[in-house]
Order: sequence, then C-alpha cells, then structure tokens
Amino acid sequence: MAFLSVGNIRIRGMAACVPQHTESNRDYDWISEKERELLIKTTGIESRRIVQNGMCTSDMCYESAKQLLDHFNTDRAEVEVLIFVSQSPDYILPATSIILQDRLGLPKSTMAFDIQLGCSGYLYGLSVITNLMSSGNFKKGLLLAGDVSSFSQSKKDKSTYPIFGDAGTATLLEYDPSAEKINFNLQSDGSGYKAIMISDGGLRNPYTSESEVMKEQEPGIIKNKRNLILDGIEVFNFSLREAPQNAQALMKHLGTSTEDYDYFIFHQANKIMNESIRKKLKLPAEKVPYSLETFGNTSSASIPLTIVTQLQNKTLNSTSLFLSAFGVGLSWGSASLHVKDMVCLPLIEL
Amino acid sequence: MDITTFISQIENEIEELTPGSLTPETEFTSLKEWSSMHVLILIALIDTEYNVTITGADLQQCKSVNDLFNVVKSRV
Repeated sequence: MAFLSVGNIRIRGMAACVPQHTESNRDYDWISEKERELLIKTTGIESRRIVQNGMCTSDMCYESAKQLLDHFNTDRAEVEVLIFVSQSPDYILPATSIILQDRLGLPKSTMAFDIQLGCSGYLYGLSVITNLMSSGNFKKGLLLAGDVSSFSQSKKDKSTYPIFGDAGTATLLEYDPSAEKINFNLQSDGSGYKAIMISDGGLRNPYTSESEVMKEQEPGIIKNKRNLILDGIEVFNFSLREAPQNAQALMKHLGTSTEDYDYFIFHQANKIMNESIRKKLKLPAEKVPYSLETFGNTSSASIPLTIVTQLQNKTLNSTSLFLSAFGVGLSWGSASLHVKDMVCLPLIEL
Repeated sequence: MDITTFISQIENEIEELTPGSLTPETEFTSLKEWSSMHVLILIALIDTEYNVTITGADLQQCKSVNDLFNVVKSRV
C-alpha cells in the first residue's frame, strides 16, 4: 500500500466552473424513453454540462483559479507551484499548466506541470502538490483539475454519452505549519488499462483515417477509435472490489473509523456504483453528498465539484473529510484530511 | 441460499419485472427491454447480498436465472 502522510499544508479554498450549456438525459433520443428512465434511475444522472464552441478544460480551470486568487486577494508572486490534472489538454505539447502560469499572471519562478490522470487524478494531484509544498519552499500552490470528456464521446454510444459531463476546478493551498496532516493511500493496476481508454491518437495507435470509421460495437453503441471505450461491468467490479478495501486500509492505518469523518466525498462515477460502495463501507447517506445528478461524471473535477456545490452552505471551519476516487488506469486511492476555515466559492457557469 | 429467495431478490430489485414472472428457466435476454442497466443492477445485487463478483464472462455463460444461481451458489 502506498500510504503517504503530508504535514504543513492547509487547503485555503476551492472553486469550480462548468459550462452553461445543459444536456438533459431525458432528451437523449438515441435510446427509447423507457431506457432513458432506467438510465436516469440507475446512474442517478439527470443532466450534464457540456462545452460549446471549443471551450477547453483550461478555460474552466482558469476561471476557477482566478476566482480563488481574487477572493483571497492573493499576491500572484506567492503562487510558486501550479499543477494541472487532466486528460484533455489544450495541445499535445506544451503542457497546459505552463500556459496557465502565464494566463493567470503567475511569476516565472512558478513550477508548473501536468498530471495525466482522470477519475483518481484529484487525489494524485493533491498528494503531489502537498508533498512539494510541505517543506516550506513554496508559500502557495494551485491544483487545477478537470476534463472536457465530451470531446471523446460518440453521441451514439449509450454506454458513455449520457454519463460524462465537463468541468474544471481549482484548489488553493498554502504552507501552514499548524495544519493537520493529510493522509493518502494510492494504488494502480495497469493490467486493467483497456477497461477505460481512447485507443487511437497516441503513439501506440497513431491517428489515421481508419480512426474515424464509426462501427456498431453492440446494439446502442456506435463509435470510432477516437471515442472513449468504457467496459461498464469490468469497471463496476473493479470499483466495488478496490475502493472500499483501499478506504478501509487507510482508516485502519490511521486508526480511524467511518464515524470520525463528517463527509465522504466519492468520485462521481454513477449512482448504483457509488451507492454499492457506500453500503459496503456502511456509511449513512447524509454523509455522502452527490453532484452527479446535475453534472454527471466529471472525471478529476468530481471531488472538488461535489465539495463546492454540495458543501457550500455547510460550515467547513473544522471538518473531517474522507475522499475516495477510482477509475481510468486503472488507478484509485483515498485521502483523509481535516479542513479548517476552508472556503467553497460559488459555482461559475461559463 | 435457495433459488426462490434468489428470484424474489431479483424481482424486488428490478422494478420492470412483474412479481412472480421470473422462473429458474427464464432467459435474461428474453425479458422485455432487458438492458445493460439491468446487468449492473444484477451485479450490484449479487455483490451486496452474497459478496460474490459476477464478471462479463460469467454473464455470457449464464443464459437462464438458474445458470446464474448456480454460479453464485458455487462461490458463496
């Protein structure tokens, strides 16, 4: 188990941005009305926010970061590390984080780089940025996480199209020797890499005209090789097996129990999967907020988006959170943290 | 575990099924509007009730309710 314990870091605030454009799964006419009803009931996803006119993940992360920096009247010169977690960068190269450093007016002394992870990405990003900052070399840091998953979706694929939504988030962290430790348990299993993937466009399978050919994979699923593949059963079983075990292992390692936490924030995969995990961990429903009803599965944005939208009116001045994420990679993990005076800013609709 | 309980659990979980309509011989794909969502509901139910994992390969082998019952029973 990859247990990590990081001290001296305080999460100052979180912000999230989604596109204004809403797509309702009730209008998803690729499937019958009865199928739509069942889909909404099972996945818990009523609607999703989808980008229009070429909006990128970085645009939403930029707005979130700007809102945070402005809210705290942050001296840009103090932000010395920026990490962008995404699987939908602006370009193949350079890394989007570096473009964001300039766009946000951060100094050239800022260390900026990307992490290419999806569902588990927020936890990985949080572990990396907190580790970098814990020695006190950086006063403030920005963790930007999100995806425009819609760029890889086939509208004629009922297994992915009604599930994913687009979002970009920002988390502002600062060095604070009085902060309680943040603990992580992070894991990977590359043997399952085919369960969630886009097969063409990288070096293994370069993009060709063949990549664009739409083929029926099974009834209700027509897609090409640039589109996202999702093996629902494989991912479902993986998540049910690994996520609770990983969470229980971290709590055991820390000597904590589920009663020690105010909220459990899960990656927002789908309702039936998340509810199965919640029941396995024997968590009361009121401790497990959801954002997927109106935003769907928002990849690495899902944890901060859930905190921003669902805990905004709650007092987060002394709150114990347990975070759990699982998915593409396969990659998964959990984090245990205690936040003090953490600010959740109002959701931005771009 | 017994098949009567297994069947009633499936009927309780899948609202689209009329209680009493499922028999051990019923083939899943013959059910009206059987979909991938029902498959996930079934997998979640078996995981929760019996702590047994059912894979995609298992489901390809299991045509009928009885086939699935036997797979679950062998792993309990």
